[in-house]
Amino acid sequence: MSAPKMHIKVTAWRQSGPDAPGAFKDYDVNDVSPDMSFLEMLDTLNERLIENNEEPIAFDHDCREGICGSCGMMINGVPHGPERGTATCQLHMRKFNDNAHITVEPFRAAAFTINKDLSVDRSALDRIVEAGGYITAPTGSAPDANLIPVPKAVSDTAMDAAQCIGCGACVAACPNSAAQLFTSAKLAHLNLLPQGQAERWDRTIDMVETMEMYFGSCTNFRECEAACPKEISVDFIAMLNKDYVKSQLKQRRLAGQVFP
Amino acid sequence: MQRSAVTQIKVRKVAAWPITFYRSAVGKKWVMAITGIMLMGFVLSHMVGNLKLYLSREEINLYGEALREIPGHLLPRTVFLWTIRLGLIGAFALHIHAAVSLTRLNRKARPVAYQSERDYIAASFAARTMRWSGVIVGLYVVFHLLDLTAGTANPDFVRGDPYNNLVRSLERPVVGIAYIVANLALGIHLFHGAWSIFQSLGVNNPRFNNARKRFAQGFAALIVIGNVSFPVAILAGVIKQSCEGTPIEEPCAGSGAFGEKN
Ligand code: SF4
Ligand code: FES
Repeated sequence: MSAPKMHIKVTAWRQSGPDAPGAFKDYDVNDVSPDMSFLEMLDTLNERLIENNEEPIAFDHDCREGICGSCGMMINGVPHGPERGTATCQLHMRKFNDNAHITVEPFRAAAFTINKDLSVDRSALDRIVEAGGYITAPTGSAPDANLIPVPKAVSDTAMDAAQCIGCGACVAACPNSAAQLFTSAKLAHLNLLPQGQAERWDRTIDMVETMEMYFGSCTNFRECEAACPKEISVDFIAMLNKDYVKSQLKQRRLAGQVFP
Repeated sequence: MQRSAVTQIKVRKVAAWPITFYRSAVGKKWVMAITGIMLMGFVLSHMVGNLKLYLSREEINLYGEALREIPGHLLPRTVFLWTIRLGLIGAFALHIHAAVSLTRLNRKARPVAYQSERDYIAASFAARTMRWSGVIVGLYVVFHLLDLTAGTANPDFVRGDPYNNLVRSLERPVVGIAYIVANLALGIHLFHGAWSIFQSLGVNNPRFNNARKRFAQGFAALIVIGNVSFPVAILAGVIKQSCEGTPIEEPCAGSGAFGEKN
């Protein structure tokens, strides 16, 4: 027995290309099952649009199981919608009332270019990772497990940080378009572990300064933490701040080598 | 699908250490935190010192005098006071410079605002009004200095008699109310700022993270209650100005909150 169908009114941002002007447009979506995900509701709408020879609404998605970070849009003014710790693809329509009016808008930031409609180019986040979000390790046969002891609390915290899926909701949520939560998570999952120590200070400087080329600065609103589908804690931002100051002091000792 | 290059809002430059550090937004936040601590220290000692207003004219005037005499005969008079003053002016200037420059950066980081209504979940009223509360406090400090330090904004100003100056100034209802409004703004600013300091300096530990918030709330409340009590007490006539004609050098029995009414 299937649950009764819902009717949803969707107001969606339509924009044909990065530099084209955009505007909201209203749609009625019938036949929405409460078991559908938010993206499936948009799929339903798009099928109808295609049948009517209209342009479907572009949006990003890939895994649809909350692990790739592709999906994401402002749903009624909140990134990923009203449900805490949930990516758009994992948000179910049963979280909305029948006849709900839902407004969807793309993530906005200077660094986030709107490709089309709700699809956003978030490659600025990749630039931050390229700047130092890796470790240099010899490849070859896998090392023995547990060769390097890591205290449980440390590995747990590093794993918490490593949960970041790079969706950019933190930037979208932040009134300053700051990417602090993303960057701090990408820093922490390496800076906490022994394998990440060799490049820790260079990594911190490079990733923070690359971040600042594209994004705003943190004023501790904590909106990012509330919007994050992985509930990454702002405690990692405190760690970023501390590590950045420390790495600046450490670099100073190497001043002769850093500055010709 | 057409793709355009990523918009950059800031250029990364290498310079000597303190310059690179201050040029970065994280560095500026660190500077705001350190200068914030200095200004908090000032605001607290200022409030505690002014409590002498409740004792008597003599007490608070001696307090003002003592500030000029620190540290006894080790330094010429007012040298120490002026060192502190210059430090505070520097801290104030840096705090404002960093705030203005970060605000401009943050505006650039979102050139196109959200077109539908944003629904804030976590950001408190205090956090979202930091710029406004900061501007109100900043403007008030300028007036306050003209009113009670330089005396140019206070027609009844008598150099060396802070008791008279304070009571005469705050018993004007407009000034008293402005003082209350400015201190409420200061309280709101401290409510977010005092917590923010820990975060900007990276002082973070699950064991005491709740205490950080409570500290900020307690500090803000302490300052607001202390400071707002002065104009209230003066306007309500609890602190009395009845020293007309009494030379500054002589004790005045009718002053303070506990002196005899006459
Ligand atoms: S920190 Fe959270 S909100 Fe930000 S990119 Fe990672 S998963 Fe998304
Ligand atoms: S589509 Fe992969 S996280 Fe939502």
